[in-house]
Amino acid sequence: MQTTLSINGAERTLDADVRTTLLDALRMHLGLTGTKKGCDHGQCGACTVIVNGRRINSCLTLACMHDGDAITTIEGLGTPEALSALQAAFVAHDGYQCGYCTPGQITSATAMLEEARAGWPSHVSEDLEAAPELSDAEISERMSGNLCRCSCYPNIVDAIREVHAGAAS
Amino acid sequence: MTAHLKMDEPARRRRLDDMVQGVVGQPLDRPEGPLKVSGVATYASEWPREGLAHGVLVRATISRGRVRELGEGPVREMPGVLGVFHGERLLRNPAQGGAGEAPVQDPAKVAYFGQPIALVVAESFEQARHAAQSLHVEYEPEEAVTDPEATEVETPKGKQVDKGDLDRAMAEAAVSVDVTYRTPGHSSAPMEPHASIAEWDGEDLLLHGSYQMLKYNRAELADAIGIDPARVRILAPYVGGGFGSKLGIAPEAVAAALAARELGRPVSVALSRQQVFETTMRRSETRQRIRLAADAEGRLTGLSHEALVSNLPGESFSEPVAQATHFLYGAPNRRIVHQIARIDRTCAGSVRAPGEAVGVTIFENAMDELAEAAGIDPIELRLRNIPERDPEQDIPFSSHMLAEALREGARRFGWDARSPEPGRRREGEWLIGLGMASAVRVNILAEAEARVTLDADGTAKVETDMTDIGTGTYAILTQIAAEALGLPTERVTVSLGDTDLPPGPGSGGSWGAASSGTAVYLACEELRGRLAERLGCTEEELTLKDGEAIAGNRKQALAQVLDGESWEATGHVEPGRTSKAVRQSTWGAHFVEVAVSAVTGETRVRRMLGVFAAGRILNPKTARSQCLGGMTFGIGMALTEALQHDLRDGHLVNRDLAEYHLPVNLDVPQLEVHFLDEHDDWANPLQVKGIGELGICGAAAAVTNAIYNACGVRVRDYPATLDKVLPGLP
Repeated sequence: MQTTLSINGAERTLDADVRTTLLDALRMHLGLTGTKKGCDHGQCGACTVIVNGRRINSCLTLACMHDGDAITTIEGLGTPEALSALQAAFVAHDGYQCGYCTPGQITSATAMLEEARAGWPSHVSEDLEAAPELSDAEISERMSGNLCRCSCYPNIVDAIREVHAGAAS
Repeated sequence: MTAHLKMDEPARRRRLDDMVQGVVGQPLDRPEGPLKVSGVATYASEWPREGLAHGVLVRATISRGRVRELGEGPVREMPGVLGVFHGERLLRNPAQGGAGEAPVQDPAKVAYFGQPIALVVAESFEQARHAAQSLHVEYEPEEAVTDPEATEVETPKGKQVDKGDLDRAMAEAAVSVDVTYRTPGHSSAPMEPHASIAEWDGEDLLLHGSYQMLKYNRAELADAIGIDPARVRILAPYVGGGFGSKLGIAPEAVAAALAARELGRPVSVALSRQQVFETTMRRSETRQRIRLAADAEGRLTGLSHEALVSNLPGESFSEPVAQATHFLYGAPNRRIVHQIARIDRTCAGSVRAPGEAVGVTIFENAMDELAEAAGIDPIELRLRNIPERDPEQDIPFSSHMLAEALREGARRFGWDARSPEPGRRREGEWLIGLGMASAVRVNILAEAEARVTLDADGTAKVETDMTDIGTGTYAILTQIAAEALGLPTERVTVSLGDTDLPPGPGSGGSWGAASSGTAVYLACEELRGRLAERLGCTEEELTLKDGEAIAGNRKQALAQVLDGESWEATGHVEPGRTSKAVRQSTWGAHFVEVAVSAVTGETRVRRMLGVFAAGRILNPKTARSQCLGGMTFGIGMALTEALQHDLRDGHLVNRDLAEYHLPVNLDVPQLEVHFLDEHDDWANPLQVKGIGELGICGAAAAVTNAIYNACGVRVRDYPATLDKVLPGLP
């Protein structure tokens, strides 16, 4: 089935099995292997991409459902030569070890900071109406859909806190 | 030129201290970091290959028996299907770490539920997955043994210790404990599922794999297929975590290789997450009985550690539960019992810190129980029982840092604030408690080679088949070479994960930095010698810094000294007498503050501090991350992680990340890590010791000891889930 996707600002046409997930379309058909497969069941977050501004698990959706959608993957956030602020902060704070969950963490964090800016509360927010203050607990809760078995969580929180503080000031 | 060192004598020269580049010991960012954070680093199943076919493994749905018939006819007719493979060379389970030969083959014999029995290959992943799920299998089932506590056990002679008279020590003790704990099975659960792409060029096999120990993996793969190891090349420059589960060659690699040869095109086989749980190594569940006898001052007069673990019939590995009990605490009367139940479950093998991860944890729980029984502070109890020499082998310790770790940790954590009586501190619904545990892990040097090339332009290249599975190998080998050759780190490149390069020890047993690091250093020392010779001075008189060589009052750029030549040297280190003459270990202490909900029994870790001594810390940034990882494994072990097997048919019930609960970000507070200064000359010329596993050793005990201090509930059946805490709450 033919599907047209806008990926990192470029239009890409895909001709794939209707069973092909958005994740497998990216990895196996479009050569965008930065998005990782960790569980294929929406349990680990390694496959996080941003679709029309919202972070989703790309393993839980079929590519053919996204005709015309705007998709941002890790490759669209920055390159080794020109890292995004979050990518650079993950390097500086060692917010990764093996690196496999990392693209998902960074893509997720990129969208999460937008959610917080838009005033979305989380499970740990004291006040659902107030503008959220991104405390460490707020960052941790909002990033708990992204597993890291190397367990760099403290460093991931440090990296995100720094970028959030920089953007706020 | 090869520089060879057999580690027979302590390396008292400490040559690294004489180097002046100043990069060893600095928190260098990982050189491969920009590739990882931008999604450019290439993992096993991501290599673009023309004509790539996709394979999916088919799993057994019985725990023991034989495959009578595979209904492959209809499956072969399905769209896109290229073949169904089930030959005798396919593997039943992965090789144990360092095996160097094929593990059990012939998948028609079923030894555990979930065992691979066939591979279905198709043009696309979706076609292969559908076809694999459609394969109808008929079995001749046999009765399976699924319960390790309800079957006969082996008691291997060489693994038992009986010294003095333990029963008498127990009978005459002023204070004693006799407790039995259980830990469940654990899964390494690396974030990258195991995957291989195999392709053939004539008789030569190239495997893109996700493996930890390439030197051995090459031999294992060649043996499984029946070809000369020289015909096999494995590439694994990036490995998405391992924690023991990628030590030995596994079914997907052999299946991909055999299918690719048959089909004449490259084949990719990636495990599903469920298959990672079912077919990669599990840590054995354990039953541990600890007996401690002490005098009125809390000095141990006797100790006993009896462990029951399990594995498949015929497997050589058994979780070495008492590995650190042999030397952690002194006591004249000692008994260690090691028993193995043979059961039909997923193969048991190494998971981060095999032995100490569960053994030290439970022993440290028992010590907490003894401290309470004796009315002695838990730290004081441990300090009173640190032995002068290895209590079983009567050899000296190469270095002993436990007392300092305990004292420094107590000071930093505010241990003084702890009430010895449980349940004394409450904040609203939360009961607050503090706990601690010693950390200890044996230190190992393994044979390693590495090649260092000093290029004519004054840059250096480090090459070895050693892997970086998130451990920081790229960073620390860069730093060692830069330091020894006097180069800025950006003038050093490190190539890893290619069996065409000199063989390293692989990532396992925490030996990577010490072993491969020493090999790199030896090669650099050889190059330094040649530079000195050309400059007419001794190696000791030579100073290398910022790409310049200084000898006497002469200073020259390296490129000038090399005069258009490129030099290459190989370093080769082997363990020697220092491995046996002294007891080598890494040391530390864990401190934890928990809050236990008086309403639900839920435990939240609020603070956690690890104080560690692991020799010279090459890179405090990457070393700290290794410790964070180990400590977090400990939080998981204490609170949530457990493989659940159904005893009726042996199947693994919770075989995914929704049901096997790894700690998530919110489960882990901002952990603190503090390194103690230690230089152990017996370890290697760099005075470097292992750091990858120490962080998990004892960590879970600090959590569960804190739970006891918070609420008075002693959970002896790990993990301490709500249902086990709730009934005992005050």
